[in-house]
Amino acid sequence: MGLELKNLYDDFRDANTIKAYAKLIKEDAIKLSKTINIMEVCGGHTHTIMKYGILQLLPSNIKFVHGPGCPVCIMPKERIDHAYVLSGQENVILVTLGDMIKVPGSSGSLQDARSKGADVRFVYSPLDCLKIAKENPTKTVIFFAIGFETTTPMTAALLDTVVKQNIPNILLHVNHVTVPEPMRALISDEACIIDAFLGPSHVSVISGSKIYEEFPRERGKPVVVSGFEPVDVMQSISMIVKQFVENKCKLEVQYKRAVSYEGNMKAQVMIGKYFQKADFRWRGLGDIPMSGLRLKDEYDRYNAEKIYDAILPKQPIDDHKLCICGDILKGKATPPECSIFGTACKPTNPIGSCMVSSEGACAAYYKYGNLI
Amino acid sequence: MTKTITLAQGNGGEENNELITKIFYKAFKNEILEKSEDAAVIHGGELAFSTDSFTVSPLFFAGADIGKLAVCGTCNDLAMMGAKPKYLTCSVIIEEGFEVESLERIVESMKKELEVNGAIVVSGDTKVVPRGSVDKIFINTTGIGEIEKKGISSNNITEDDVILLNRDIGCHGATIFAAREGIEMSSALMSDCNSLYPQVKALLDAGINITAMRDATRGGVAAVLNEWAKQSNICIEVEEEKIPVSDEVKGICEMLGFEATALANEGTFVLAIKKEDAARAVEVLKKFDVCASAGIIGSVTCKHLKKVILKSAWGTSRFLETPSGELLPRIC
Repeated sequence: MGLELKNLYDDFRDANTIKAYAKLIKEDAIKLSKTINIMEVCGGHTHTIMKYGILQLLPSNIKFVHGPGCPVCIMPKERIDHAYVLSGQENVILVTLGDMIKVPGSSGSLQDARSKGADVRFVYSPLDCLKIAKENPTKTVIFFAIGFETTTPMTAALLDTVVKQNIPNILLHVNHVTVPEPMRALISDEACIIDAFLGPSHVSVISGSKIYEEFPRERGKPVVVSGFEPVDVMQSISMIVKQFVENKCKLEVQYKRAVSYEGNMKAQVMIGKYFQKADFRWRGLGDIPMSGLRLKDEYDRYNAEKIYDAILPKQPIDDHKLCICGDILKGKATPPECSIFGTACKPTNPIGSCMVSSEGACAAYYKYGNLI
Repeated sequence: MTKTITLAQGNGGEENNELITKIFYKAFKNEILEKSEDAAVIHGGELAFSTDSFTVSPLFFAGADIGKLAVCGTCNDLAMMGAKPKYLTCSVIIEEGFEVESLERIVESMKKELEVNGAIVVSGDTKVVPRGSVDKIFINTTGIGEIEKKGISSNNITEDDVILLNRDIGCHGATIFAAREGIEMSSALMSDCNSLYPQVKALLDAGINITAMRDATRGGVAAVLNEWAKQSNICIEVEEEKIPVSDEVKGICEMLGFEATALANEGTFVLAIKKEDAARAVEVLKKFDVCASAGIIGSVTCKHLKKVILKSAWGTSRFLETPSGELLPRIC
């Protein structure tokens, strides 16, 4: 029998294994003298934690702070407005990934733009832009690129093809960001309560686990790079608790079936060829130096942000002053503590970043309740 | 609500409910409509009456086509009220340039499905519109059925009932999504599109005490359970591992980040049955080939009124919400 898709997740959702880890974590946690606050940086982990009710399995001295690792949630409104404006240009097809089309900017979401007649499409892979461009030779296809290290190589691969095949009608609007800088920014805040990190693993499939080395070594924060199934997350929590019990502080990889120390070197070379580090303004966290990527100057002719510079809004737009997403991301507050959570701010009408995608902390709390 | 209509407002979930309540219920308000049943019960409880419009891309897909869908959809709404589908109308809006051969195929499959239900089309209408005005073909069917068992209603579920499913969920939604997005898979995945009257008749013939039935179309099983919890002011507690989901549907959900409970079905229904009859109902259903995985999935309690609780095999629980937004794949 060949390998089936279910072989990839069945064992990692096994009830007995999950219960066994819950017991182990409880036994170890008794030995701790203080509460441990773990940040899961990645929205995928937030989703797993909420969907599978992981918090209900943890003792009261193991707590979670839900991090900023959702590419849709961290997109500041002015950049969403870029996409909105671009989609309204004549002869433009605006292409992006999944959830991005739902997020409202200051004049509406891409979904709204589409309902008003703009040609907005979502794709699974940036390379799908090649087909769209070929089928629409008289139009300009603008790929609104989003995501962390995980999705960047695919954007690079798209540009690589565009350059090599000299395709005239594909442009890029790049909004890629990287993980270590916001982690650094968060723990530099004195009020930040984070003691350890659950490390994003699909990011590390590309960039390797090496990118987290500085956190245990220089900042005294253990990191365990974790898979996304409930057994993965439970095992990773157990590994973190063990480090505290044994008074250790190191980088460990739980998701060994996909993550290596060096990562995917070929992808890293491809990224380095087309992109360079740049400042990025994060929704909820503000400006973080060198936390984003932009196209290198030599590829200006493919850069929609440069080509359409004259019509793109520049003014930063902050979230509503009642929104406390920034504090939630730092672990200073939890979603239900926000005065507009579930009332003015809902997944159908998100006001702050964390309510935007199902991977945001507020949306996950809203959807799965965690009230039981 | 938004100023212009968005696709999310046709999702069978939260935004859809808002649109219906704030625009249509507001204008058409009356006692029958406000019962929010699958079909209206009229004429002193003797007749069930329902309508549905169909637009699907692609028109032909694994397991069915828009024609079969158009007959099943309306007939199933009638069957869910314990009615035998009798008379249907059929209105089609066709785009200029549509192939006659495809139209014949669609109508042929409608004919076949009408026979399964023992119903006939007694009135119809056709409109042809310029290219681009509709996407190939839209079909509306309206149906009248004779109620064979009175009193079936989504407003009367109590703690004496248990919740059942007639089969595994999500096949239609997964099939359409895979076909639309050109995801090629080597699998037996096909739509569950099917007439439900034969299953309902078997249950009635066996004297099963049915409180409520609802076919889990757009919005999926999650939407039905939430509608029931609200309409009957109850809490429904469901055991996740008892909800049957095929490996194929699970696979699509894994790849794209969907929940099977939010995917559309066209031949899958949820039942609220009196406890003492539940085991017998499962037995009756299992005699149908497509219902091999029929079973009890949950109970009715008063723990969190108007809410649905999903319980995991490892002792945790969470709310199962009405699906919201447009069905979109996750990013990473």
